Amino acid sequence: MEYYDLLISILGSTIRLSIPLIFTALAGLFSERAGIFDIGLEGKMLASAFAAACVASISGSPWAGLGAGIVISVIFGLLHGFASITNRGNQIVSGVAINFLTAGLTIVLGQAWFGQGGRTPTLPGTARFSGITLPGVDAVRNVPFIGPLYANVISGNNILTYLAFLAVPISWWILYRTRFGLRLRAVGENPGAVDTAGISVEWLRYRSLIAAGILCGFSGTYLAIAQSAAFINNMSAGKGYIALAALIFAKWKPVPVMFTCLLFGFLDAFANFMQGKAVPGIGEVPVQIFQALPYILTCVLLAGFIGVAKPPKAGGVPYTKER
Amino acid sequence: MSTASVPLPNWINYGLIPILNLIVAFLISGLVVWFIGESPLDALILLLQGALGSGEGIGFTLYYATSFIFTGLSVAVAIHAGLFNIGSEGQAYVGGLGCALVALALDKYVPWYVTMPFAVIGAAIFGALWAFIPAWLQAKRGSHVVITTIMFNFIASAMMNFLLVHVLIVPGKMAPETRTFLAGGQLPKLDWLMGIFGSTIGAAPLNVSFLIALVMCFLVWVLVWRTKLGYEMRTLGLSPTAAVYAGIPYARTVIIAMLISGGLAGMMALNPVMGASARLQVEFVLGAGFVGIAVSLMGRNHPLGIILAAILFGILYQGGDALSFDMPNITRDMIVVIQGLVILFAGALEYMFRPALVRIYQQFARA
Repeated sequence: MEYYDLLISILGSTIRLSIPLIFTALAGLFSERAGIFDIGLEGKMLASAFAAACVASISGSPWAGLGAGIVISVIFGLLHGFASITNRGNQIVSGVAINFLTAGLTIVLGQAWFGQGGRTPTLPGTARFSGITLPGVDAVRNVPFIGPLYANVISGNNILTYLAFLAVPISWWILYRTRFGLRLRAVGENPGAVDTAGISVEWLRYRSLIAAGILCGFSGTYLAIAQSAAFINNMSAGKGYIALAALIFAKWKPVPVMFTCLLFGFLDAFANFMQGKAVPGIGEVPVQIFQALPYILTCVLLAGFIGVAKPPKAGGVPYTKER
Repeated sequence: MSTASVPLPNWINYGLIPILNLIVAFLISGLVVWFIGESPLDALILLLQGALGSGEGIGFTLYYATSFIFTGLSVAVAIHAGLFNIGSEGQAYVGGLGCALVALALDKYVPWYVTMPFAVIGAAIFGALWAFIPAWLQAKRGSHVVITTIMFNFIASAMMNFLLVHVLIVPGKMAPETRTFLAGGQLPKLDWLMGIFGSTIGAAPLNVSFLIALVMCFLVWVLVWRTKLGYEMRTLGLSPTAAVYAGIPYARTVIIAMLISGGLAGMMALNPVMGASARLQVEFVLGAGFVGIAVSLMGRNHPLGIILAAILFGILYQGGDALSFDMPNITRDMIVVIQGLVILFAGALEYMFRPALVRIYQQFARA
């Protein structure tokens, strides 16, 4: 029973650590499926976390924070679009620029406004998204196995957590069951064909970046005002890149994205749990192995040793109409 | 005819456009400074004074510039072959291991000028090795080098953390770093360089690796524009299909270009590890690998341009430090903002002003 409690606690933190990854990887899914590489996921996440924390602390409303997070992240998405769609600049360079810009701006502005070394003031509970107790928790709590799972893993999360899991089927439906999704996928494979059909490549790609911005807004907001109660310097800490790795590992498909993010979240949670503990027969496993594992796995997959990850064909290439 | 294909004279392409982009980046940085309630002009003056106002300031500026020259060259060599190496950061980090191992092994027995060549080779080999797997994956398995080098930055960080915490740490010490190198493992400071101008570098860690960086600039120029390999790399960078059709081996050229790129990034470690702190520390690269991207873009991938851009970023880093002392409202991270803007305007929006310039130029040419 003791082991089961441990498992429950690891699963609980797996969920918490996976949520920002799921939102961010889905964001990358929308833009990369439309043919725009998005290295700037990390930056958009950071910017929206900062905006959400600022606005939530001023207004006292987590929803206003979420709104601000989304707006800022969409603005950076549009900047990425302006550089890489309108001006046909290098998408990677533009993404790198966004990461730098947001990493610097959040600290500079945070220090100028709040004077706490780049932190925002700690939020009261009412300005955060707090846990929701699902119906029937008390009734099933004492049921063996299912009870703790329901009470401590499935119930008690905040609304953004449930939205993240809802965002997966919605993204799938948008991408595979709507006209917009069909065109979006087409523009990532063969923009010329979409253009020939009389549909604007530019506008489609801009919309995909707006969708990505909205999703990154959710992930940043989750970091700042659901998981923590303030914005902290560089709080995205490479999660944008892990999400990018997850997106590739999931071969640019929504449902595998969710499972990969859960896997990477689990690795993270397990690494935290294993810190300083010895494995019988092996000894202490260095925590760094778990930290590096998502990246190593992604490289192995990219190398084609465990299935082939094929990116959208037109990814990274600005579209130029024939002259 | 679209404006993108109108030829412009070199002074516009390589002079005016980069300067225009830089000015816009600085104007927007000024707006940010103004927005947080400080005077952009005062900030600029403080920054320049801090970076260039004293021998020590110049020493620090050139110390930073040294690192940026190495990483800038690293990014540039890869770009010439059509590869975007985001992994200079990780390659420099692993390069640090190479030069630290050499320094730890030799510093007891030989003077620094014997250690130095081995350390240069050690740093270059370790950096190149770290670039080899992404290069091989790109050349043989078609996995995008941008993605794999990003992954390898994180893997490098985890690996070096492990080595410093568990293997290289001095027994009984808490800090995850190697022992301090003896004089035989340290690169001497360039006091005499400042002495020529009747000044002293004070505490600034400007050291011999600055000269190594300048030599590398020359060698990269020779490699890219004066050798067969350089010609093949540039052809590949302009058009992979044409290069393959012309009989240039794709896989070999990609791998060699990335090895050189990784080697140059690895050599960056000489500057902080053997020049400044005389030991290998956690996260000593401090983003210099990423600054290399901005430096290379700014310097138009030419060694001469890279030296100028590296000095510019050296001024920003040293001046930014001084600035954050005098204007506590503006933190050191303002440099990161400026860097982001430079990458945005000099890299991603590089041709934003081109159509307007073409129009103006054509009017003048016709008149």
